[in-house]
This record gives sequence, structure tokens and C-alpha cells, in this order.
Amino acid sequence: MRFADVAQVVGRTPLVALPRISPPGRTIHLKLEGQNPTGSVKDRVAASLVREAERAGHLRPGRRVLEPTSGNTGIALAAICRVRGYPLTCVMPENTSEERRRVLEMLGATIVLSPAIEGSNGSVRVAREMAAADPDLFMPFQYGNPANPLAHHETTAPEIIADLPDVTAFVGGLGTGGTVTGVGKRLKRWNPDVKVYAAEPEYGDLVYGLRNLDEGYVPEVLDLEVLDGRIKVDSLRALEMTRRLVGEEGIFAGVSTGASVAVAVRVADRLPEGSDIVALSPDGGWKYLSTGAYDPGDVAAIAERISGTLWA
Amino acid sequence: MAVVRIPTVLRPQAGGEARVEVAGATLGEVLRALVAVHPALEERLLDGDRVRGYVNVFVDDEDVRYLGGLDAPVGDAAEVTIMPAVAGGAR
Repeated sequence: MRFADVAQVVGRTPLVALPRISPPGRTIHLKLEGQNPTGSVKDRVAASLVREAERAGHLRPGRRVLEPTSGNTGIALAAICRVRGYPLTCVMPENTSEERRRVLEMLGATIVLSPAIEGSNGSVRVAREMAAADPDLFMPFQYGNPANPLAHHETTAPEIIADLPDVTAFVGGLGTGGTVTGVGKRLKRWNPDVKVYAAEPEYGDLVYGLRNLDEGYVPEVLDLEVLDGRIKVDSLRALEMTRRLVGEEGIFAGVSTGASVAVAVRVADRLPEGSDIVALSPDGGWKYLSTGAYDPGDVAAIAERISGTLWA
Repeated sequence: MAVVRIPTVLRPQAGGEARVEVAGATLGEVLRALVAVHPALEERLLDGDRVRGYVNVFVDDEDVRYLGGLDAPVGDAAEVTIMPAVAGGAR
């Protein structure tokens, strides 16, 4: 396989069955998005955000890109902005891990820190203020940009259909809502009987303690109508499944992957015998190694210790 | 009896409690029983006959929107979790 540059290498990820974790009579398949060029599903989203912005005339030479993100989206945007020639600024909470910052800086991104206590909402606030004050800044804002679910509607879902035309159900994690919305709509267009489930990370009290109910936020790109169920997964269950994936299936994935596979196992029972369930693995485990998630020892004690930083 | 888990932000309206045991066969009955014990919770949780926006309610980990809303069945040993809507994570 040859490509003109790294921006062309997005997608066409492997779909791998999990024969040791799948319950009897059902097969769970995992789509390994960690195989994308910067190591996550967000390469699809970043490519789509930039492409659609260029198409609409929001991005052109001389403009700069700004996005509130401490994670995979920032890394993916940094790579694509580098090859497309747009300087990138990422706004992130000041407690973001050193590794994340180092990767972003290596890829040429400028980092602006927002107060830790405000979490990701604080990064959004700061980024919005910066964008309003500087007309040369373009903020794609993945939580509200239809190019985000579009990436999944146009690439992720068609790949699933091509590899597994008889897909019965799909499970994706709930962050921006782009994955479940985009994949879900396309799969249901293919076959209206396909079920779509979201795995919602249950953050620790530490995170919720900082939130006010009136400031709650439902991303614009999330279409709750496309879902057939939304199931929350706490740190312990996500961690247990993440460790089973590496121990039993030889797949070293991030903690969100464990959450989605845990939901796939749970919903498998309510689907008919012979069902094929696709879960999406957003990324590999490397970025989370330093959290201690894969350390030897009692998983409950580890979950307890790192629940505050696990999903951050 | 179902156990209702109260999020940190609502504990002041629940006498500081993190878990409250109440009886009810549906989510509606459970929440009515809850606000009967802690009336200050009512306006934070309910908007007439509906659960307020930005509040997610789960019965045994499943979002009640997909289980029939306030008609969602609640088992004898069910756990009802009230959570603020939070976006994001490793994005």
C-alpha cells in the first residue's frame, strides 16, 4: 500500500473477531482504530474536519486552527495541520498528562492551558474566547461540527458493511457522540434492524463533583434517536475488560475499548443466536500505560486508585 | 427496595446522603418516593412529568430513555443512578 502523504492513510482498519471473549452463539468483532496513522479513530474525524472546512472556505492558507482537546483529536489534528500547513493551538486542562503535551508539541502544536477545576468545559470556554477575539483562528469544534459524524457515516460504517454485511449490532463509546451517530445512521440505512448501543464512561465522583446540573452538556453532534440503548460502564468494569482483551485476545487497547466490549458482551444476550456485534476500539493502550491501568495486581484496587484520571 | 445513588451536586438537597433506599415498581414511583423523603430534590430532578434535561437516569446501568422513561420497570434490588450529563473524556 502506497500513499501520497500521511493524511491519505486514514481508515481501512482491521475488524478482528474476539473468539475468547464472545459469549456462546454470538461473535463480537473489534474494529481497531488504533491502526490509524496517529493511533486513534480521531484521524478520521480530523481529516473530515479539515476537509469540510477547506471545502466551505473556513480554512485557507494563512488561517490558524484552534481546538479544545487534550487527547486523540489534538494529536490527529496536529498531524494533519502540519502537512496541510495550518498552525494549530490546542486548549487543554492544566492537569493533562505530560505525555500528551509532549506529543502535541512534537507535532508542532501550541498549547494553552485552562484551569484544571473546570475540566474540559473550561477548555471549551477558553477556546471560544480566543476564537471570538481573533478572526484568523478557525475552531472546528468537534462536539458541534457535522463533519465529525460525517467521517463515520462516510468511512467507518461503509468499512464495517463491506467487511461484515450481516452485522447485527454496533457498540461505540460516548464522548462527542460522533461515532455512534455517524456509524449508527449509516448502518441503519443499510439495515433498519441493526441495533446501536452507546457505552458511557462513568467518571468518578471527582469529575461529577465539579459539575453543576445546569451546566450539563449534550453535544450537538449526538443524536440520541439513533441509539437503542445507552449503558454506563464504571472504571472497574472497563478496566477488567481492557485487561481481558490483552490477556486473552492479545489486543492491547485503551480503556474506552474495554468499556465498549463490556457493553457488547452485555447486549449479546438480548440479540438472537448467530448475531455479529461490532465494537469500536478508539485507540491502543500505549498512551495509558503510565496511568497504571495495566499494572499487575488487584484490578479493583487499581481501578479505585486511578478512576480520577482513567478517562481524562 | 431500590437504591438511588445521588450525585455529589445533589447531595445538599438529599440531606448529604449518597444513597437513598426507596420502594417503587417503576422509575416514576421510585422518584416520587425519593422526593417525598427529600422534597428539595423535586425541582432539581423533575420537570412536571419528565426527568429534567442535563440529568441522566440509569436503572442497573441502562439509560431510562431507552427503557420507557418514568415507566421503566425497577426491580426489587435495582440500582437507580442519577448523573449529570458530562461530555468528553479522552477526545
